[in-house]
Formats: sequence, C-alpha cells, structure tokens
Amino acid sequence: MLPGLKFVAVLGVVVGAMGSIPAQAETIRVNIDKLVFAPANISAKVGDTIQWVNEDVLAHTATVKGDWDVMIPPKKTVSFVLKKAGDVEYYCRFHPNMKGRIAVAPK
Amino acid sequence: MFARLSTAVAVICLLGTPSFAQGAKPTDPQIAHIAYTAGVIDVTAAKQAIKKSKNKAVVSFAKDMVRDHEAVNKQALALVKKLKVTPEDNDTSRTLTKQAAAKQAELAKLKGAAYDKAYAANEVAYHKAVIGALETQLIPASSNAELKGLLETGVKIFQGHLEHAEHVAAELK
Repeated sequence: MLPGLKFVAVLGVVVGAMGSIPAQAETIRVNIDKLVFAPANISAKVGDTIQWVNEDVLAHTATVKGDWDVMIPPKKTVSFVLKKAGDVEYYCRFHPNMKGRIAVAPK
Repeated sequence: MFARLSTAVAVICLLGTPSFAQGAKPTDPQIAHIAYTAGVIDVTAAKQAIKKSKNKAVVSFAKDMVRDHEAVNKQALALVKKLKVTPEDNDTSRTLTKQAAAKQAELAKLKGAAYDKAYAANEVAYHKAVIGALETQLIPASSNAELKGLLETGVKIFQGHLEHAEHVAAELK
C-alpha cells in the first residue's frame, strides 16, 4: 500500500470515529407541584434521563398507556432513562388529570 | 341565617345524595372542618371497600383514596396549627357525616359486583359534590390565602380522583 493512501485511510477512520461520537446524554428535570407536571411538554432524545421532582405530599406516577410506568413517591425524585424514540403522552394513574408529553428524538 | 341553614340541611337530608348546605357563608374554622371532614368521609368509605371488595381495580382505587386523603388531611392539620385556626364543627360537617354514615350502611348490605358498582358510583357522585362545594362555596368564602391555596389544590386532587373513579366505574360496567 502506498504511504499516502495509508494516511488517508487512517484519517478516514479518525474522522469516521469523530462523526459517530454520540451527543452527551442529558438529564431533564420535570417538577411536580400541586398536581402539575412542569414543564408539561419536553423534547429529549433516546438515552436522556427524565428526572421527576415530586414536591407534593401525594404519590404520583408517570405512566404511558401500554408502555412504561414510573412510580414517584411523595417528596422524592425519580429518574427514568428514555429508551425509545417517538412522541409519548404520559399521565398520573392516581390523578389522570395530570398530563405531560415528551418528544423523544432518535439518538 | 340559622333558619336558612337548617332548611338547607333538611332539604339535603331529604335528597339523600352527598350535598352541601347552601345559603350560609362559613368561616375559616368551619371551612377547615368541612374540608377535613370531606377527606375523612372518603377514607372511611375506602376502608370499607378494601374490606368488602374482591375487585382488584376497586381495591387499588380505595387504597389510593386512603393514601391521598390521609396525606392531604395531615397537611391540612399542619396548616391550621400554623395559622392557629381551630377547626369548628358546624351543620355542614354534621350533615356530611350523617349522610356518609347512611350511605355506608346502605353499601354494607351489598355484595360482590353490586357493591363494587355502588361504591364506584358513589365515589363519582361524592367527588363531584365536593368539587362543587369547594368551587362555589368554600373557596370563595375562605379569607386566609394559605387556606384558600390548600382548597384550590384540593379541587385538583378531587378532580383527579373523580377521573380515576370514572375509569373504575366504566370498567365495572
């Protein structure tokens, strides 16, 4: 192999590797106060963590019908890693009038 | 005022559905007592359901009611203590308690699916009545801002329970 070509090949590998470095996963905070998810609408990507901070004396859940269900005890913070892309609407099973939405982009 | 209140109470007793006295403007100590009583009533009804029902959705709903109303009433007691307000018994509280006891005796006679349906239907009616009373009477009449705030959160809790109760009632049909 020609030395020049070898260099290009190595460069290609390096550039390729750089291009595939995944964006840093983020943690997105959602506050729960007086039966309200705030912010109610968030955008995230697969691998991001949603952190619900429950300020209420009541237990809540973040539930997606037919999919995930996260228990959020009173005065506790609970984290959940998003695994699937897509727009999801979630609600609290105990207080179905509490609703939130997450737009999950692919990684 | 007393004549009007007792007339209202008499009417409510005749109706037999969960309802609140109209016509007299309650004071903060009375409002605190009414709100607390409304929570206690739902806890008592839920405890009966936990004992009587074999339906998973009904029992789990009842457990949610016990947990939520006990937590809120604990918060309410802490608030009245902080505000140095002593909850004061009144005709509305007494009527509510009396109606609830009658309803509980009625439900006690039922069994199985008939009980489950009657409990769920009563939870829907009861939560609607409490929301109505909070919005039209108790919140407008309350003078303390913190008490008003707690009652406003109470509306959201009762609305959540109402939706939950409606889901349970729909599943039983």
